[in-house]
Amino acid sequence: MNIELSPKEMGRYARHLAIPEFGLKGQKKLKAARVLVIGSGGLGSPLLLYLTAAGIGHIGIVDFDVVDESNLQRQILFTVDDVGKSKSETAAKRLKGLNPNVEFTVYNTQFTKDNALDIIKDYDIVADGTDNFPTRYLVNDACVLSGKVNVYASIFRFEGQVSVFNYPNDDGTRGPNYRDMFPEPPPPGLVPNCAEGGVLGVLPGIIGSMQASEVIKVITDVGEPLNGRLFAYDAATFETRILKIRPNPKTHIDKLIDYQQFCGMMPSAASQEIKELDVHELQTLIDNNEAIQLVDVRQAYEYDISTLDGERIPLAEITQHINKISKDKKVIVYCRTGKRSKTAIEELELLYKFENLYNLKGGINAYATEIDTSMAVY
Amino acid sequence: MTLELIAFGIVKDIIGGKTLKIVVKEGTTVKELKYILTKKFPKIEGLASLMVAINQEYADLDIVIRPTDEIVLIPPVSGG
Repeated sequence: MNIELSPKEMGRYARHLAIPEFGLKGQKKLKAARVLVIGSGGLGSPLLLYLTAAGIGHIGIVDFDVVDESNLQRQILFTVDDVGKSKSETAAKRLKGLNPNVEFTVYNTQFTKDNALDIIKDYDIVADGTDNFPTRYLVNDACVLSGKVNVYASIFRFEGQVSVFNYPNDDGTRGPNYRDMFPEPPPPGLVPNCAEGGVLGVLPGIIGSMQASEVIKVITDVGEPLNGRLFAYDAATFETRILKIRPNPKTHIDKLIDYQQFCGMMPSAASQEIKELDVHELQTLIDNNEAIQLVDVRQAYEYDISTLDGERIPLAEITQHINKISKDKKVIVYCRTGKRSKTAIEELELLYKFENLYNLKGGINAYATEIDTSMAVY
Repeated sequence: MTLELIAFGIVKDIIGGKTLKIVVKEGTTVKELKYILTKKFPKIEGLASLMVAINQEYADLDIVIRPTDEIVLIPPVSGG
């Protein structure tokens, strides 16, 4: 390996060099490595900070999102001044200040089946810090097809999972991947993401740091990575489990697929057809005392933050309560930002032939921003 | 025999707590346990990929459960 460290770098990484099984050899491997971090949010923040500090040679950052005030509770890469700015670009700028020896490539774009293989091919190892099932399966499949190790972590409320997927075994086989553990995604709405289900702010700090540690171990070949093992942590009870997992002979990944459809979400062509109205149009209906029904598909805890009243049916339970939804009045379905309500409408239209449903654009947060500013935006 | 199940993730919400004691007949397999849980908690049925780990190891559907086994239910989570 034709990688040298400058005297200044030697000084910077002195504490790594002092670890006997790590040493200069390990540090050179880090410098030679190219790591792709997908998602620069809760997990991505500690992950990127530690990988940068550790002296990875080249880091790719994929994220199309912008910083939101509600991210600052856990996404420690960002500050108040960053709200509204691109996460991937802001992250690269901040990280460059932390370690100028590291090169960054920013992908300020959504990771999709059309660009996944092309982006991944330039990297040695992938770290998955994404926040939804379709992208989880996409990252997994793209790594398997490209022969890359996928250092996986995922979080929910007080809990985290970590594993190292598709790891090359000594005998030439590969270790288990995400689909060996979870062959099929849960139906939409059953397992909430961080926005819907909530997450303890410090949790991604713990789990993302473990993920960084596994990335460093895989690159340097130090210790034993979580290959064939799933680490599960419950911060609420401080319970930890390491569960053995193995490849499932039924798992077959031969190409990338439509992951939205695979995860039960409507393809985008169909989803464009739902009817919408904005908060001003809603207010006009309310002011004119029009016969409408409001349906709130958020989780119970969100009612205390802000509410527009109406029927309360969380998204996951919507199909069990269709009798509560009017079929003749104009029904306006709302959630926090308009995403869950859209899913609810797609499901109700497809399965129960509703024709009178309208999605509230921007959700209750738009109402709080544009109509009733005394209401909380969250 | 009485089994004690330890739940993670959304399964905690579905079964209403971190642990659940459940009485099943001797010789119950993982597949049968999943079926029993589905009857008791219909939402479990949606979790096609609910991972059952017995004694710290991913358990195939045909594994026979013993009364002393530690049974952990781990659903997928997606947050990042």
